[in-house]
Amino acid sequence: MKRVLALPYLLWMVVFVILPVFLMIYYSFNDMSGNLTLQNYAEFLSSNYIKMTLNSFWYAFLITVITLIVSYPLALVISRLKHKTFWLLIIIIPTWINILLKTYAFIGILGINGILNSVLEKFGLMKIQLLFSDFAFITVAVYIFIPFMVLPIFNSINGINKNLIWASYDLGASKWEALTKVIIPLSLEGVKSGIQITFIPALSLFMLSRLVAGNKVVTLGTAIEQQFLTNENWGMGSTVGVFLILFMVFVMLVTRTKKESI
Amino acid sequence: MNTLSRSFLTVIIIFLYFPILYLAYYSFNTGGSMTSFEGFTLDYYKSVIENKALMTVIMNTIAVALISSGFATIIGLFGAIFLYLIRQKYVKSTLLTLNNVLIVSPDVIIGASLLILFSIFGIKLGSTSVILAHIAFSVPIVVLMILPSLYQQNSNLVLAAHDLGASAFHVVTKVLIPNIKPGIFAGFLMALTYSLDDFAVTFFVTGNGFSTLSVEIYAMARRGITLEINAISTVIFVVVLTISFIYYFVSDKKIKRGKTT
Amino acid sequence: MRFLITLIASSLLVGGLFLFGTKLLNNTSSSETDVLFVYNWGEYIDPELIKQFTEETGIRVVYETFDSNEAMLVKIKQKQRYDVVFPSEYTVEKMKKDNLLLPIDPDKIPNIKNIDERFLGLSFDPGNEYSLPYFWGTVGILYNPETTTGMDFSTWDSVWDESLLNDVLLLDGARETIGFVLNSEGHSLNSTNKEELDQAKQKLEKLSPNVRGIVGDEIASMMKENEAKVAVVWSGMAMDIMYENEDLIYTIPQEGTNLWFDTMAIPSSAKNIDGAHQFINFLLDKNVALQNTDWVGYATPNQAAFKELDEEVKNAKEFYPDKETMEKLEVYRDLGPEWTEYYNELLLEFKMSLD
Repeated sequence: MKRVLALPYLLWMVVFVILPVFLMIYYSFNDMSGNLTLQNYAEFLSSNYIKMTLNSFWYAFLITVITLIVSYPLALVISRLKHKTFWLLIIIIPTWINILLKTYAFIGILGINGILNSVLEKFGLMKIQLLFSDFAFITVAVYIFIPFMVLPIFNSINGINKNLIWASYDLGASKWEALTKVIIPLSLEGVKSGIQITFIPALSLFMLSRLVAGNKVVTLGTAIEQQFLTNENWGMGSTVGVFLILFMVFVMLVTRTKKESI
Repeated sequence: MNTLSRSFLTVIIIFLYFPILYLAYYSFNTGGSMTSFEGFTLDYYKSVIENKALMTVIMNTIAVALISSGFATIIGLFGAIFLYLIRQKYVKSTLLTLNNVLIVSPDVIIGASLLILFSIFGIKLGSTSVILAHIAFSVPIVVLMILPSLYQQNSNLVLAAHDLGASAFHVVTKVLIPNIKPGIFAGFLMALTYSLDDFAVTFFVTGNGFSTLSVEIYAMARRGITLEINAISTVIFVVVLTISFIYYFVSDKKIKRGKTT
Repeated sequence: MRFLITLIASSLLVGGLFLFGTKLLNNTSSSETDVLFVYNWGEYIDPELIKQFTEETGIRVVYETFDSNEAMLVKIKQKQRYDVVFPSEYTVEKMKKDNLLLPIDPDKIPNIKNIDERFLGLSFDPGNEYSLPYFWGTVGILYNPETTTGMDFSTWDSVWDESLLNDVLLLDGARETIGFVLNSEGHSLNSTNKEELDQAKQKLEKLSPNVRGIVGDEIASMMKENEAKVAVVWSGMAMDIMYENEDLIYTIPQEGTNLWFDTMAIPSSAKNIDGAHQFINFLLDKNVALQNTDWVGYATPNQAAFKELDEEVKNAKEFYPDKETMEKLEVYRDLGPEWTEYYNELLLEFKMSLD
């Protein structure tokens, strides 16, 4: 049974993951004329790439934390509603509209003559340049990741045996205690899953860093994009890719759940 | 449900929908761009309907999203159950890491390596290659969505079913899968999201005139995106929302009749 | 379990139906020779002309779009079939070196006679063996005269002006950005002189307080919204923007700038070579080129069509510059991988120094 189940998945893994990863590792040891070299790795350890890595981690961290702060209460609220699945769908539907298009909308909203600034002006406040700032970058990134974070957290909260919560009340727990001692610990699986789904892709954002941050935020994703397309240096691009995978492994180790390590 | 949580939910929903309403608003603009609203028109909707090429692209996009998400959900579900059943710690964490490789890889890498892969295997670029590519990058997200539900369900149920002499097949179909329904649903929805949003991977693996909405939109960017795209997005958005409302009312009635599924 | 089967089955069924629907919508069962695979930038041809071509020749056009030269190259290198592509001039040079282009037979394209001689036989493809110009333009400064009072941007150095703090948008292309800095110092924008480039690097660093962002196509929506006062842009993009924001002015600084071309070429992966020639010849026809220029709005190299344009368009000196200005323009040369990477590194370092 186990083997039959595993077959399509393992096939997928070999063809679409293991094979490409080997291809990538192979490329990472190649210079632009196809000779074997370690130079790409040496270059990655130079100050530019280290700076970029730190930058990527910092922004991914900020994005993940803010997304989590918004998403956990949101998931909690939805889990208490009568038509949970419907409300969950309402949260997901915006993700089905093309992201480039939504970004253009954000340019219109956050712009100097945009809606947000007109509102500020009405209240007698100064207009501010919101676009092409860290603020815009993080806002739009959080906007994009909220649904990804909400889903697994919601599923975890929703899966908690209600009797456990009632039992805690019966034992005299306050609402706050029930939340911190019962609900949050029991929904950690979902939180971890949500963190992985947000943090890992956030490390390699590049479209957004150009569209809403005006390329003032340079991430590893930007570097890969440039190496592959502009420089046509697939070797260096692959090297950055290899490091991204290593960083992902690190994130996985940090967020590993107890059950996985049994 | 107190006022605090109600207003929190409202604020978030406004935040999530505001950019979309903004797009929809300008789809009626005679001015031709998303800058200043000059007057009301339905021209863009008319030209979408008349534009055969664009209609084809929309249908392609929906087809690719549904088919790839369907397959990705099956493969991902099997994968997640498989990972859940593995007992060896290192095997499990290695497989889980490999699972996430495609999530962390930027689209350019995935696109370029799939293009090379398809060239090696001689797969003709077009609808098939695009669907295969979308399945490929959607599987890991389905797995990540289903795994927490698996860990959370009461494992005693599975053991009990075993003890009662249920076959492995029955354990999976009658106990495991019904228990993780929300996870499967979430996985499917996220696969749809990934597929509808993807530009770079599709760009590299498409061919023979096959195109999706995202590819068209990005190619338009150099000359400025036409409001026809706003019109299409508005239509898709309204249709999806309507379907959700219908679903809501149907399931609502079921609940009232005591027929929860 | 029933839920799972319903979910999967219905999504596959509906998806399959849609796919089948598109096949019906484009029902075709034609043989190889009467199909032509065209690969172009988005929104870069009047769609009516494709229909007209099919009516005239019976050749069905399969039309696909790309958003950058480099992305298009990846697909050509993987031998994906396209019969006609529209690379920019520096890409033509690169593709020639890598044997990715097929020679164009001038005998099959009598309409070559319509092309302005100034745009033939240029350095990137002397003799036009592999490419013919489609549209052309320059790199210049787009500014808002209302917010930059008194400035006329007749020199590149005005971009460094202190009054433009955080108000200048640059193109996300190393050749464009490093290129105009080199121009401002009176150097060639194809410079491979380390000293000149280091000088350019230092000069670029001085620009950083003024830089609002280094972006691509988004410059259009930013400038339309008056989000920044000044942008260094391609003339084609400037035309699109000025069409919607009439306050803006585009100008070519006197030190000179880049002259760019988007060309028509036949890639090595082409199968319908005869059809490709027919298509290129069709686009060079006087009336076709005129209609296309009206629709696209960029500057046409087609002399015959140019003569028929509206006086107002013809006389727009910023888009069809006079002889004196034309002499100062310079076409990008392919600098080879090492220098290209050096240019890119300079830009990347500059981006990272911004905040």
